[in-house]
Amino acid sequence: MVHGELWTIKELFVLQNEYVIWAIQIVMYPFMTGLVAGAFVLSSLYHVFGFKKLEGIARFALVFSFALLPGALVPLLLHLQHPLRGINVMMTPHFVSAIAAFGIVFSLYFAIVASEIWFLYRRHFVEHSRLLKEQGRHKPIRYKLLQFVHTVLTLGSFDISEEALQKDKKAIKWLAAVGIPVALFLHGYAGFIFGSVKANALWLTPLMPVIFIMSAIVSGIALCLLSYIVVMEIRKRRARRLRFKTYPATNRRGVSAREFERYDTQSGEIQSVEISVVKMTSRFLLIFLVFAISLELLDLVFRGYTAVNSWDILKSALYERDFLNIFILQYGLGNFVPLILLLTPRLTLKRTVLATALILLGVFMMRYNVVIGGQSFSLTFAGYMKYVLPIIPHDIETLKEGLVGALLVFIFPFVLFYIYSKIFPVFGGRESYSAE
Amino acid sequence: MSSEMPEPLSKEHPDSISRRDFLKKTALIAAGILAPAAALELTMMLEGASPASAHPGNLCNPEPGHGTPGCHVEITTSTTVISGNAAGPGGTTATQTQPHWQFLVDTNKCVGCGFCVKACKLENEVPYDANASRTWVERYVITKDGAFHADSPLGARDGFITPEIDLGEGETLEIPPEDISRAFFVPKLCNQCNKPPCVQVCPVGATYKSPDGVVLVDRTWCIGCGYCVNACPYGARFFHPVYDTAEKCTFCEHRISKGLLPACVQACPFGVRQIGNQNDPNDAVAQVIATQHLQVLKGAYGTDPQCFYIGLDWEVR
Repeated sequence: MVHGELWTIKELFVLQNEYVIWAIQIVMYPFMTGLVAGAFVLSSLYHVFGFKKLEGIARFALVFSFALLPGALVPLLLHLQHPLRGINVMMTPHFVSAIAAFGIVFSLYFAIVASEIWFLYRRHFVEHSRLLKEQGRHKPIRYKLLQFVHTVLTLGSFDISEEALQKDKKAIKWLAAVGIPVALFLHGYAGFIFGSVKANALWLTPLMPVIFIMSAIVSGIALCLLSYIVVMEIRKRRARRLRFKTYPATNRRGVSAREFERYDTQSGEIQSVEISVVKMTSRFLLIFLVFAISLELLDLVFRGYTAVNSWDILKSALYERDFLNIFILQYGLGNFVPLILLLTPRLTLKRTVLATALILLGVFMMRYNVVIGGQSFSLTFAGYMKYVLPIIPHDIETLKEGLVGALLVFIFPFVLFYIYSKIFPVFGGRESYSAE
Repeated sequence: MSSEMPEPLSKEHPDSISRRDFLKKTALIAAGILAPAAALELTMMLEGASPASAHPGNLCNPEPGHGTPGCHVEITTSTTVISGNAAGPGGTTATQTQPHWQFLVDTNKCVGCGFCVKACKLENEVPYDANASRTWVERYVITKDGAFHADSPLGARDGFITPEIDLGEGETLEIPPEDISRAFFVPKLCNQCNKPPCVQVCPVGATYKSPDGVVLVDRTWCIGCGYCVNACPYGARFFHPVYDTAEKCTFCEHRISKGLLPACVQACPFGVRQIGNQNDPNDAVAQVIATQHLQVLKGAYGTDPQCFYIGLDWEVR
């Protein structure tokens, strides 16, 4: 069977070799890359531009961005017909190709985020390494392992004098500043990959990279905000639950009296910090959302107005065949409803959760409509191709390029974030030993 | 020590030959082989033709089993053209310059028999039943009300066996003959563009334009990203069902570089398909391409296609 044949239904005049060959993983690729870039931009708003109110979410966003990074790489590898040859891109990069620089840009971005996180948590690593060394003598192996990890993460730099920490802070600012263009490039570049395919009537537009960047920032901020609220709610609930427990009960759970007191006061702290952060972040989200919607509508209006020879087929694909995906799910539920939800005064947490979840749906649908929509009509402009997402996997191809593969790609960063959060304290307050 | 040394063979075995004898006999055999070949070469040089053109029959049917019926006048013409450019030994002046292959399709002559598609699949080991092909034929039917209908069932591997238009998903459309204003067939293949978008987008350089103008794919290096498949405005590329790498028409590079005709050209009973060398001033096909009013497919994409069409209808997509 030819690659793509499994999930493509052809209608009317479609060439024999035409199939939807860029399937769900190529939808996931820009979606995940967008989340990475957006999360980084959000953290940079604090680190570079000094929006102090974003402090609570900035560190969270940076670590989240780092956890999301594999989400940008894995879908590409899963989509390749020869994933083991993926390294060829680094070995013989063909630089006139838009994808050739992916390895380089990705590595550069990875290095920037990793370095920034290292500078941000260096003090924490040093202090923890020392603390665990003192405590860990008669403790179980877990402590020794943690101590080892923290010592390795210091990279041998144990100087945490005020002078050294100032240098760290400066480095963070620089890395965050350099990281913004690289993060935007990483994603704008994904847009360029599509926008430069002259054979594809839907993709071909110089607006594509800009549209991608705007929606990337929107989706990244939305995901960070959503995850932030969810995590904060969990922490709040945990703190509340602990307050109502008796001392012996908490002790049985292995929680010390000191920690109990901390949770007691934390519940109230979380509440106030959370609302202020959410309000500030949602304002940024709104600004970028308006930009993203305007650009997408501009593209649509421009196509209709110029009406070049591909417009007839595009029109029928956009307004008839993909109407539900484009106008209901993407523009309606994914853009306009959250816009109204966020614009309405007296923003509540529940409303923000709903709005951000809808925005994520909208951005995902935008990626879907670009990637799959671009392949939904024939090069002949006289036929259609329908994509049927493989839901139940029955071989390796339907596993990696089906619903299961896409979900794995989406869930993986959250697992990774959980592991990271065990090493890097991602929330403010007493848990953090960062340079801030 | 010396008693253990073996004696020279010639003394020990009267049947064995000496070194001098061996060399003598070898030289004689070599001369025996080379002399007729040299004579043949000389004769042909005097006639001003290459060895290949001296045996057009070989070109029409180079390998028993691969030949197709109908190696007639049109093909013989092509044969003469291609043989003059053969990069093999004994070629004429054309062999000294690098060929640049071009393709000529005369749509007026095509009847949609699909022999070309069949021959291509067999020659290039594209699985016969796979729904993809390096070359294919399209059928266009324009009705009197100006409506456009087209199809290419199985890429026309089995020809167009029914007058009904294939609409996909098992549906067909029957057009009454009296409603038809014009109908025709258009064979298609890779255009071996001079500015190939597929080559441009390959991130690892696994696909490249060879010096003779043909775009090739290195199956051992292709990562299977599909960027080239999506970048081709002609739908000429697909994933090989067995190798899972990008696959495309190569003008049968393995054949033309030996002075043979591409499988589709050889298989076409009507001389619809012809191949020529732009760099050969004596090439009949190249002369037609250089001097006649021809069309290319999707010229607006700026790909500089090297596949030229005679009588291409404006409705062709």
